[in-house]
Amino acid sequence: MNRLSSFNAVSLTFGFVFLYVPMLILVIYSFNASKLVTVWAGFSTRWYGELLSNEAFLDAAWVTLRVAVISSSFATVLGTMAAYVLVRGGRFFGRTLFSGMIYAPLVMPEVITGLSLLLLFIGLGMDRGVLTIVLAHTTFSMCFVSVVVSSRLTTFDRSLEEAALDLGASPFEAFRLITLPIIAPAVISGWLLAFTLSLDDLVIASFTSGPSATTLPMKIWSSVRLGVSPEINALSTILIGLVTVGVIAASIASKHSALRAKRDEQAAARAQ
Amino acid sequence: MRRAFLIAVPFVWLLALFLIPFAVVFKISLSDIALAIPPYTPTAKDGIWNMLSQLDFENFIFLTTDNLYWRAYVSSLQIAFFSTLFTLCVGYPMAYAMARAPEQWRPTLLMLVILPFWTSFLIRVYAWVGILSGEGFLNQFLLWIGVISTPLTILNTNTAVYIGIVYTYLPFMILPIYAALDRLDGSLIEAAEDLGCSRLKAFWLVTIPLSRNGIIAGCFLVFIPALGEFVIPSLLGGSGTLMIGKILFEEFFSNRDWPVASAVAVILLLILIVPIVLFQRNEQRQAEAEK
Repeated sequence: MNRLSSFNAVSLTFGFVFLYVPMLILVIYSFNASKLVTVWAGFSTRWYGELLSNEAFLDAAWVTLRVAVISSSFATVLGTMAAYVLVRGGRFFGRTLFSGMIYAPLVMPEVITGLSLLLLFIGLGMDRGVLTIVLAHTTFSMCFVSVVVSSRLTTFDRSLEEAALDLGASPFEAFRLITLPIIAPAVISGWLLAFTLSLDDLVIASFTSGPSATTLPMKIWSSVRLGVSPEINALSTILIGLVTVGVIAASIASKHSALRAKRDEQAAARAQ
Repeated sequence: MRRAFLIAVPFVWLLALFLIPFAVVFKISLSDIALAIPPYTPTAKDGIWNMLSQLDFENFIFLTTDNLYWRAYVSSLQIAFFSTLFTLCVGYPMAYAMARAPEQWRPTLLMLVILPFWTSFLIRVYAWVGILSGEGFLNQFLLWIGVISTPLTILNTNTAVYIGIVYTYLPFMILPIYAALDRLDGSLIEAAEDLGCSRLKAFWLVTIPLSRNGIIAGCFLVFIPALGEFVIPSLLGGSGTLMIGKILFEEFFSNRDWPVASAVAVILLLILIVPIVLFQRNEQRQAEAEK
């Protein structure tokens, strides 16, 4: 089918307008000169300036960035291990429980996860701060990483690994030299997913952080509860811009690597 | 040896930071509130037997006597159910149109759906505050085209909560349905049409059943988190919006009644067990079908 039927065209247009107009309004009004956010009063970058000179926001951004980098890195390692165990581990005691614990956090309401972790940390007498947020974020995002990586592992041609083992590689070498390069795109997108989830999380961070650590979403939350503010519009625009650039760059990169793989395959076919 | 290590590390991590915390919540839900910090008794320091003998179902009984909680559970279920239905009604046609779009458009369309999914949830909810408020963009627009003569009150009502849930969870609905429709063999529909089905009938008898797993996955991915949603009802809903996630948060942070908050969480979890197990079954079935 080369053409969209009119019904399909209408539903796509309506759907994308619905998805994008709210964000577009946010971006446009971040350049509004007026403090009143729904009245246009000319172009200005005033709110970006105020945002960048706001110490509290910068501190929160720094905390958030640290938490996101550390927790997503741990989550990637643990999630990849979990995916490998689920897809390749065969049967072992507690496998059903294990896969249940991988899938349940994906849909678990954040209030429950947050509350339960907080009560655990308090029970253990841990001081709440950056460390506890990192532990909490690692736990829920490793499950997302594991789902992304295991979907790649299931479509993976296992004979490649077996060939490496037959040729004398140790299981670890086979993993490092064969499996890891092949699943690398999934591992990277798992890391990115964990990173954005951590960057974005409000509820779990509110439960597990103490007075010493305020993350950016917590800071945004405390100011949007009072209504719309142009500074938050500016901050949102920056975040939307970063995500857009990231997603487009990732899609271009994956297109390039797909093209390269195709070229390699063709070259290999010619060589035969 | 290596295999045991590989299994043990993520397993122990999840046990310690996912399963054990639930046990803690369950235990505290059976405790009494105390004014000391942490605000509940008894603790393990009092000795195990002492601790067990002091546990009771008081908090759960309290939940049944205060009808605020029942109304909140019922209204959360209702809001989650209907917003899942609305999300399906918006998401299915989009996923269908994407799967039917020319091949070269599909990566772009897919990216357009994924992009909001990566964008901050909080910001996407916040965007609606400015649109739905009394002097917001929607009212300005409707007044300008002359559909209404006085501004509508949408913000701080349940309508705003429905809009917020449909908006933020739409990609979760579209992606699994699109994945199912994309795999669907088009010749099956052609066959149905050749055999005398009308297009609508072919859609109803072939396309819908074959995309069933996608629909189920999408609905659960919306329904389950929506049930415990906190950000959307707090930001877009009003004082009349009762949702259990919001109540739990307030019970915990404003009233500091941890045992009651824990009991609220335990009941929410019990309500969620059925859909979560069904969701996992569906995922496993799909994973096995792909092998």
